[in-house]
Amino acid sequence: MAKLARLHLSDDEIQQFAGEISAILGYVEQLQQVDLKDYEPTSQVTGLKNVMRPDKVKDYGVSPEELLKNAPATESGHIKVKRILG
Amino acid sequence: MSQWPAIADIATQVQAGDLSATELVERALKTMDAKKDFNAVLAPIHERSRERAKAIDARVAKGEKTGRLAGVPFIAKDNFLTFGSETTAASNILKGFEAPYQATAIERLEAEGAICVGKANLDAFAHGGSTENSDFVITKNPHDTERVPGGSSGGSAAAVVLDMAPFALGSDTGGSIRQPASFSGAVGFKPTYGLVSRSGVVAMASSTDVVGPLARTVEDAALVLDVMSGRDDLDSTGIERDKKSYTDLSDDIKGKKIGIIQEHMGEGLDAGVKKQIEAAVEVLKKGGADVRDVSLPSLPLALACYYIICPAEVSSNLSRYDGQRYGFSHPKASNLDESYNWSRSEGFGKEAKRRIMIGTYVLSSGYYDAYYKKAQQLRTKLIKEFEAAFKEVDFLAGPVAPTTAYKIGENAGDPLQMYLQDIYSVPVNLVGTPAISIPAGKVNGLPVGLHLMAPQKQDRALLALANKTEELLA
Repeated sequence: MAKLARLHLSDDEIQQFAGEISAILGYVEQLQQVDLKDYEPTSQVTGLKNVMRPDKVKDYGVSPEELLKNAPATESGHIKVKRILG
Repeated sequence: MSQWPAIADIATQVQAGDLSATELVERALKTMDAKKDFNAVLAPIHERSRERAKAIDARVAKGEKTGRLAGVPFIAKDNFLTFGSETTAASNILKGFEAPYQATAIERLEAEGAICVGKANLDAFAHGGSTENSDFVITKNPHDTERVPGGSSGGSAAAVVLDMAPFALGSDTGGSIRQPASFSGAVGFKPTYGLVSRSGVVAMASSTDVVGPLARTVEDAALVLDVMSGRDDLDSTGIERDKKSYTDLSDDIKGKKIGIIQEHMGEGLDAGVKKQIEAAVEVLKKGGADVRDVSLPSLPLALACYYIICPAEVSSNLSRYDGQRYGFSHPKASNLDESYNWSRSEGFGKEAKRRIMIGTYVLSSGYYDAYYKKAQQLRTKLIKEFEAAFKEVDFLAGPVAPTTAYKIGENAGDPLQMYLQDIYSVPVNLVGTPAISIPAGKVNGLPVGLHLMAPQKQDRALLALANKTEELLA
């Protein structure tokens, strides 16, 4: 699971989380006992559908430099990442 | 006795020139400094708040209108993007992050003259109910420094009770405004889902996250809500606000039907808390409310439902912290995979990791139907039960939390025990209805919150009821 979530765990963490997460999953498993086949799943509660707005550029007064200032590494106005292909 | 007049009165006095915004900001900064050992505030905002105060005073001197919150200092939970300080969500992975824009809620408050004077502590990414999951410090309860203030908006609640500012902002995903309000003795209001824009608020579980105020009185909370609420182009999940002002609290309590949730008054509820809630209910009856018992049979399952849906959404929302675009990036990583893995492993605290893994598990293809879909179906059942209850009564009531504030460290070793504290607060998040915690006396010197709930979009009526209840309890 940690691998899927891109988390690198220490042996101690694996030990600790294994117990805790089993207990939590054990608790939430009580839903398995309930018959819910007559109920549609709910993913949101506003009842809103397809909220549209005009596809227009709006100026929020933030420069690309300001948006990039939190990036760990940049080059020529782009975010620089590690090599992806070997 | 608070050093702050009612928020509306502060603004009137500032506008009249009887009170200066500068004086108010200095008072807030001084109080934050004098009480800094409570760890309610992560970062006071000195420079920007003084500049804003000066500008407001200059406008008043010129006879200009400066707004409904002129000169009113406030503190924002540190998961709101603000200028003038870092925004960290109390997490190591966002340490040093400087927001390029502000949350809409902050912008709307500032447009009416309010001044953000500090950022409050929280459980990192709002995961928790005690501030013990903050990656930086643990906030102390204003009534007993050995106890937690509640959470995740624990810093905001403590700051208000410690009189650092007249109000604070919080976010409520599973009780994170109401439970610390209950533990610390503040008023904490969770609006209808979608009523206040979440643009610029660090996302936790997007289908239940809401923004709301913590204040000393219902009247103050209502004014803050009135300024913040309404549609925003930057949040497509927003709903229309009420045409009537949320500050109209004139509704009578007489004849209002209030249902006491039976599933929240039984096993698991501390005897002292139960007594306080029953006493508050008696006061409601004396005030003329028509009080009756109500049952929502699926409520005992709401917590299990929440602890599937919430981590699922958390795991998705926290995937953006990948060490590439902003936030902590591991300096020793030599390729992209290492950069992802190591940045996240060092940057996230234990609770974030726990929720990411549970969320990843319940969303994974083999388990999706058994966990996530099932939880979504239970959510529908809960919504139907609330709808049925609200056909019988106008409001629901009960306790906010099963106990008063517990000792720091008491539940820290057992995450499931910690989750069980949310049992009364999470149902309304799943259903999207508004709810409020108002102080209803103390047990052994520790505050107890009365939980009042209303149907979706009945925020104004709920605030009116809470206002009357507050008067009756005084």
